Amino acid sequence: MNEHQQTLWEFMQQQSDKLLTQTLQHIGLTFISLFIAVLIGLPLGIFITRKKQFSGAVLGVAGILQTVPSIALLGFMIPLLGIGAKPAIVALLLYALLPIIRNTFTGITGVDPAVKEAATAMGMSKWQVLFKVELPLAMPVIFAGIRTATVITVGVATLASYIAAGGLGEFIFGGISLNNTNMILAGAIPAALLAIVFDFLLSRLQKLNIKKLKTATVVLPLLLILLSSFYLLPSAYGSKLKAGFTPEFMGRQDGNLGLIGKYGLKIQTLVINDAVMYKAAYEKQLDVISGYSTDGRLKAYDLVVLDDDKFIFPPYYAAPIVREDALKKFPELEVTLNLLSGKINDSIMTALNYRTDYLHQSPERVAKDFLEANKLYKPARNGNAGTVRIGSKIFGEQYILASMYSMLIKGYTDYDASTKTGLGGTKICFDALTNNQIDFYPEYTGTGLLAILQPSPKTIDSLTHSKDETYNYVQKEFESKYSIKWLKPIGFNNAYAIMMRRKQAKDLNIKTISNLKRYLESK
Amino acid sequence: MIKVQRLSKHFGKVKAVDEISFEVAEHENLIILGTSGCGKTTTLKMINRLIEPTAGKIFIDGKNILEQSSEILRRGIGYVLQNNGLFPHYTVAENIAIVPQLLKWDKKRIEKRVDELMEKLHLTKDYLNVYPNELSGGQQQRIGLARALVADPAVLLMDEPFGALDNVTRSKIHAEFKALDELKRKTIIMVTHDVQEAFELGDHICLMDQGKIVQDGTPADLLFNPKNSFVRGFLQEQKLQLEFKTIKLAQAPRPPKGGVKKEAVKKGISISADVSFWSALEHFKFDGVDELNIIDKENNESWTANFEELMSAFYQYKKQQTHE
Repeated sequence: MNEHQQTLWEFMQQQSDKLLTQTLQHIGLTFISLFIAVLIGLPLGIFITRKKQFSGAVLGVAGILQTVPSIALLGFMIPLLGIGAKPAIVALLLYALLPIIRNTFTGITGVDPAVKEAATAMGMSKWQVLFKVELPLAMPVIFAGIRTATVITVGVATLASYIAAGGLGEFIFGGISLNNTNMILAGAIPAALLAIVFDFLLSRLQKLNIKKLKTATVVLPLLLILLSSFYLLPSAYGSKLKAGFTPEFMGRQDGNLGLIGKYGLKIQTLVINDAVMYKAAYEKQLDVISGYSTDGRLKAYDLVVLDDDKFIFPPYYAAPIVREDALKKFPELEVTLNLLSGKINDSIMTALNYRTDYLHQSPERVAKDFLEANKLYKPARNGNAGTVRIGSKIFGEQYILASMYSMLIKGYTDYDASTKTGLGGTKICFDALTNNQIDFYPEYTGTGLLAILQPSPKTIDSLTHSKDETYNYVQKEFESKYSIKWLKPIGFNNAYAIMMRRKQAKDLNIKTISNLKRYLESK
Repeated sequence: MIKVQRLSKHFGKVKAVDEISFEVAEHENLIILGTSGCGKTTTLKMINRLIEPTAGKIFIDGKNILEQSSEILRRGIGYVLQNNGLFPHYTVAENIAIVPQLLKWDKKRIEKRVDELMEKLHLTKDYLNVYPNELSGGQQQRIGLARALVADPAVLLMDEPFGALDNVTRSKIHAEFKALDELKRKTIIMVTHDVQEAFELGDHICLMDQGKIVQDGTPADLLFNPKNSFVRGFLQEQKLQLEFKTIKLAQAPRPPKGGVKKEAVKKGISISADVSFWSALEHFKFDGVDELNIIDKENNESWTANFEELMSAFYQYKKQQTHE
């Protein structure tokens, strides 16, 4: 345990530059959104105390916005506002609106009517009643709303890294993808601390007596602006093209680190979520993206893979990995799963992915169509000999494979099958497997090597040029370390790839990553 | 001073106030009396336009207030609420200074005026920097009164000002209210449902029911010449007490001269003829005297009366009133 903490501390020291930038971005992002949310929410809250007939509609809409899942809201923003800070700020402020509007409304309507009447009867104008009586008396309730909004925003701001807006989410999601606990904690701990610290500071503000509150109402906006300005600190250097890489790609030797190390590629890079990256490239928000060679969106968005002429991307051949005790428990399982072996090559997988990712057909239907076309499909038997639990990561290809395996198990054996899809990244899936939450899931040789086993760079170098050597190595290591068996490869290689829009690549005459580097360095 | 003409307020189909008219003379104290829902508070709030009338006219000093800016109008009218309506986030001093602040008085003038009022209302300076929630109900109501009086408005509107106080505190404040010199220079309209209070403080009473004025007159008018059974019924329960409180010694016939025994007076005390029979009876009861020496400064006469003589004078007066 001691050693573990040591490593976290070392990691944070080693990455202190990044950590500081991400923390400042996080604070900045939080407070810009909060500041705008107050600017909108406060007047809107006041407005609906004056025109009560609108209060239901305004609070209703703000309430609905609150219930939209954050990722979905960020997704909606991309066609409207692109990627980066703008959509992130808009999404965050939409989340912050409800507590601010509602507490302003509740606070003001809660002011003793006798006091309001007295103020009017003294000869105060409407504005004087608002600023001298209603707002000061509602202030503790309004502060409570801003406090809630702050904590929500600090939390949701971790998702801003999905759309290239930075913040501590880069570490958190990078860490989850890379199976790097230190990286997750290096993002999660500061994020949690920020929430606690801001909540505490605002709670102190809320308890100030009425005299000091007058000062606070002046200081607070200034403080908000100051904190917001953190975000506007100069960002990375500019370049001719703009790259968007997933948090996972950013932290990998066979990713951005390799691009920098082996190719010496210098490009302005944003961190972005896989779900929105392809679309951002298609819409010319980004020029170069990281991706997977079998991704259906490659076809959908007319992107082209650049040749990896220096072999930094190791092979990623997919195969089911199964816990050995599950193989004992379900003796027919191995044979059944191997039915798929060698049946799907790169282009078939890309086509299948295209149907789910772009045509939005259900993975079950795509799986069934494929099995029927290859005469592998059999209707389900009784399923009374126990249930095999299938896991999958959250992307279409894994859903399709999980569906195929489910159908094969039900059709060829007397087992039943349950699928636990959407287990996040590698770490979550692998932990679920080792902790007996699932029995198997489809994994990739490269991921097994680099994200789970993490051997020395020397070992990696010696293996990654050959797909068979990689496969043999992971098979051996998994067996001895985790008692997990790699079954036969399915056939396709879903490796990392660097891709561009087909037209742009053609216009700039870029075919390989080396071409790209040369183009970026030319003047 | 204040003239109300055919004033109405309708809330939907309900006629809360229905074409009422009345006048208040300068420095007079008008009480609008009635049960809850009779329209008395609505009437009061139309005079400083907290409620806008549906129809009718209101003149203060000959000016139609509906043609004035409501904010300017209100700064010239003192207003006291039942639950005082003090600002909880302002200190006592700041609460009293609200209207002078709005009128942009200079700091020294405000300070001087606040100090003066605090003294008149028997509040020590220690209270100036205290927040209202640290004060007793009676003290809060006094601050409410000070706030209404601070800019020395000619007109004072009071909405059940003593309604939330307990009986002991209330009678104390009643006494202070009657003694306060500033109030004698004001034209006051006060709303109450308390008959005793109305008779004690009012020069002139409007009894309202269902949005209309049932009777408008002096306390004695209401007592001895009730217009109809509603008025009679309204006062019935407390009639005897009200009569004792309303009739002043000066109004009743003097006892026959023969009954005067100079030597017996030394044991008695002297009181003004301007007090009510009620307070004269209290002297008999609580001061243990047999006779009272009554001095009528206005008519420059004085006489002596014992309990029986006083009672017979009271009944003679009553008889005269009912025969008129």
